[in-house]
Amino acid sequence: MKKILPYSVLLILALVTLVPFAYLLCASVKTNDDFFSALFLPAGDGLLGIAWDHITVGHYARLFTQMSFFRHIVNSFFFASVISVLATLCCAMGGYALAKFRFQGRAMVTNLVLIALIIPGALLLAPSYQLLFRLGLLDTLAGMILPALAPAFGVYLFRQAMISSVPNELLEAARIDGCGEVHLFFSIVLPLVRPMLGAFLLITFLGTWNNFIGPQIVLQTPERFPLAVAVAQLRGVYSQDYGLIMAGTMISIVPVLGLFLLLQKEFIAGLTSGAVKG
Amino acid sequence: MRCRLSPKTAPYVFIAPFILVFCIFTAYPLIQSMFLSATQTYGPKSSTFVGMANFQYLLADPFFWKALKNTAIFAAASVFIQLPCALGLALLLNRSDLKGRAFMRLVFFSPSLVGLVFVAIIFGLIFEKRTGLLNVTAHRLMPTFNIDFPWLQEYVMPALIIASLWMYVGFNMVYFLAALQNVSKDLLEAAAVDGAGPWHRFWHITVPAIRPVATFVVLLSLIGSFQLFELPYILLGNSAGPENQGLTVVMYLYQTGFEIGDLGYASAIGWLIAILLGVFAVTQRLLAKGEE
Repeated sequence: MKKILPYSVLLILALVTLVPFAYLLCASVKTNDDFFSALFLPAGDGLLGIAWDHITVGHYARLFTQMSFFRHIVNSFFFASVISVLATLCCAMGGYALAKFRFQGRAMVTNLVLIALIIPGALLLAPSYQLLFRLGLLDTLAGMILPALAPAFGVYLFRQAMISSVPNELLEAARIDGCGEVHLFFSIVLPLVRPMLGAFLLITFLGTWNNFIGPQIVLQTPERFPLAVAVAQLRGVYSQDYGLIMAGTMISIVPVLGLFLLLQKEFIAGLTSGAVKG
Repeated sequence: MRCRLSPKTAPYVFIAPFILVFCIFTAYPLIQSMFLSATQTYGPKSSTFVGMANFQYLLADPFFWKALKNTAIFAAASVFIQLPCALGLALLLNRSDLKGRAFMRLVFFSPSLVGLVFVAIIFGLIFEKRTGLLNVTAHRLMPTFNIDFPWLQEYVMPALIIASLWMYVGFNMVYFLAALQNVSKDLLEAAAVDGAGPWHRFWHITVPAIRPVATFVVLLSLIGSFQLFELPYILLGNSAGPENQGLTVVMYLYQTGFEIGDLGYASAIGWLIAILLGVFAVTQRLLAKGEE
């Protein structure tokens, strides 16, 4: 009996958490005439008292035929996957160098990483924009990708992961066997930090997918916009076309929710590793 | 011939991408922003040197103070409303005998995967006056509740706090859940046998065990709160809302730098944000040191 109260509280809270998702899904399949007639789905004579014949995929169809949303989906996938793969590689390499080598300047670079960790992104917005303008990188793919390639917090996370899960003896043994440094890194070191690779890849993918202010500032040509910017624009231009905006939002959040459901264990492990291991 | 890296040169090659990206896209802009904050610009092309005038003006700028006040309210709500909720949820979920525990954890965490832009769009609809989910539901449950309750017209900060509760409670819960694994079960049982009540056990055993993670989560929330931008900006239709009720410091930075085009003034705002966050980080360090 003691368990029933916390259990029901949790169940209610879980339901409340899911309601906005259900609301969004319903809003994306209602016609604009039905939009405000019912909270979720329009009432009617169909199964469960819902007018199923009023349900429409028209908003989704319009997004693809008139608003080139296919393009924006491809853009989002492109930015998120290129940046997450390259950033994971660069951060793993950097973390490895700082954790497992003694070289001149190591202490200084480690300090740089720690300093970079505390620089707020907002401080760099204005000068980065000016820099990209001077380099001619505004509105280019390079302008989006290059600055995101080696985030300090990634280097730091990988440094910690290398220290705790790559034994020095293993590296020495491999070197004595004549293993080259590049081969050593890819075939021995990376597999040892696999959980961190997965987690960081996911975190970066998600962060890039959901990033708004970056592409909003760097990109100008609508064909290059990722979903976050495209959907925000949709809301500005078609502010009364609720169904259309909600369908665009659905398209933008379903892929990341799906990806996360597949890989949630690694994701949560990576998220908390920094805090708990400290 | 295969090109082989020697153990001597390898670390330099491995660290090179970070150094390059750091120097070009972090260190250089950082230095540049010091100079920028002493200029007035009209877009990225033209600028005039103004010395410390930006900072003088900023400290007397009512919009900046409004933005700072809003941001501070939001940050306080994150720490004093949202984090206790997250801890409560974690405590409820932290029983191994609970059926469907993994599933619920997943459910609570899922909103934090949704980008801020999309959260803002969903909640824009939820907060609609006569037709939005929140007002209609509240009105049906309590007929005295005003169905025209003006969330996005007069109660912008509460609306922002509600939306961020939905989005972040589960996210912070995950940290607290991980921290609760550090709480010794034997100690809790022993205390219970000795007659310590649940509140006592929580305060004297659980709290000390999760303190390091808790201070980390507080710092994370403060940093996150001070970067608040997309949520109010999109929720209020690419603006700060009526009477700047939803203006935040980063939004003010964005508006001055990218809508008006004064990158210099925007940099000055950026520096003030950086100084504030620096103070938080140092405080957290000192608190963490004090515990060791």
